[in-house]
Amino acid sequence: MTVDPDRGRAPQHSAAPSQSTNLGDILERVLDRGLVIVGDIRISLLDIELLTVKLRLLIASVDTAQQLGIDWWRHDPWLTNQQPPAPLEEGDRIQQIGARAERVPVERP
Amino acid sequence: MTSESTMDTAVWVYAVCAEDLPPSTEERLTGVDGEDVRMVTTGAVTAVVGSVRLDRFGEETLRRRLNDLDQLEEIARAHHRIIEFVGHAQPVLPARLATVYADDSGVVAMLERGRESLESALASVTGREEWGVKIYRRSDPSADSPSSSESAPISGREYLRLRKAAVTAKQATIESAMRAAEEAHRMLATVAVDVRQHRPQHKQLSGDPRPMVLNGAYLVEQERAADFIRTVDELASQYPQLALTLTGPWPPYSFQAGDAVIQHITQEPA
Repeated sequence: MTVDPDRGRAPQHSAAPSQSTNLGDILERVLDRGLVIVGDIRISLLDIELLTVKLRLLIASVDTAQQLGIDWWRHDPWLTNQQPPAPLEEGDRIQQIGARAERVPVERP
Repeated sequence: MTSESTMDTAVWVYAVCAEDLPPSTEERLTGVDGEDVRMVTTGAVTAVVGSVRLDRFGEETLRRRLNDLDQLEEIARAHHRIIEFVGHAQPVLPARLATVYADDSGVVAMLERGRESLESALASVTGREEWGVKIYRRSDPSADSPSSSESAPISGREYLRLRKAAVTAKQATIESAMRAAEEAHRMLATVAVDVRQHRPQHKQLSGDPRPMVLNGAYLVEQERAADFIRTVDELASQYPQLALTLTGPWPPYSFQAGDAVIQHITQEPA
């Protein structure tokens, strides 16, 4: 049996807090997906875009983030208590290009 | 930002739904700031909101807090929890994290401006749920090193030949897994009404040492949920070189249509 139900499957229609849900899965959705509505207070899209891009870089490749000088995750135990970054694989190189491209608009004033 | 000095609270938006129907729960439902969650409605569409303190959720403070992973986790989980609660009772459009208005009148104006697109977006997710399937490639130990059965010393040329064969075999294993994952994705799509592919997560984000080859989101009719789960199980048996993990059901985060008022985040083609 190769499905790991206890790893990700939240209790169906349970009102219990979904504390067991993988944080990466939640962040992927609340930061990168979901309805974008223009708010009044400009906490807003630019800052969150910045964060989103950082997260995307992380999703793509920690090495890439390092090369770009983004090291906010470095001091976070959530990330650093695991093994050091794996060497880049072919897929990461492709994503690296995507990550660079995504970063460009954010850097413009 | 001058408004921060004149206001004590702001209005955090969790989601948009149709009914002004407070989520039924025995416990007090609290949001990202420990506040009581409430509804702001125009009659046609309703926003699920909470009043948050500006000294904790003002522009500068919030930006800093969101860049701290512990605080980001706390805020993200609280935001997600409210959306899940609402989603159990009725169709829901999850708002992206940190959608904040100065006061309720801004929320009302947003609901009025966006009414048509919000209603059509709600219709498109009614009776449907999002499921996540992450597909990992199982490592094949036999492809990692030249055959260990050759215990006798071998020539340099023979070693290189074996080494090359091993690399070729490993490459073939990877390509075979990629093809299998694409095929599994196609099979899952036949049970879904819509699909998105998220970027495969890095090992440090997934927390799984195996390489993730596919990270799919599937919008599935509620009455077909059992079919979908069975399909995942069948695919797991069919493709021993893959490991599939199922998450969900999720509120339909990955399936938001939009226009100028309710913009869909720019994203890479799936």
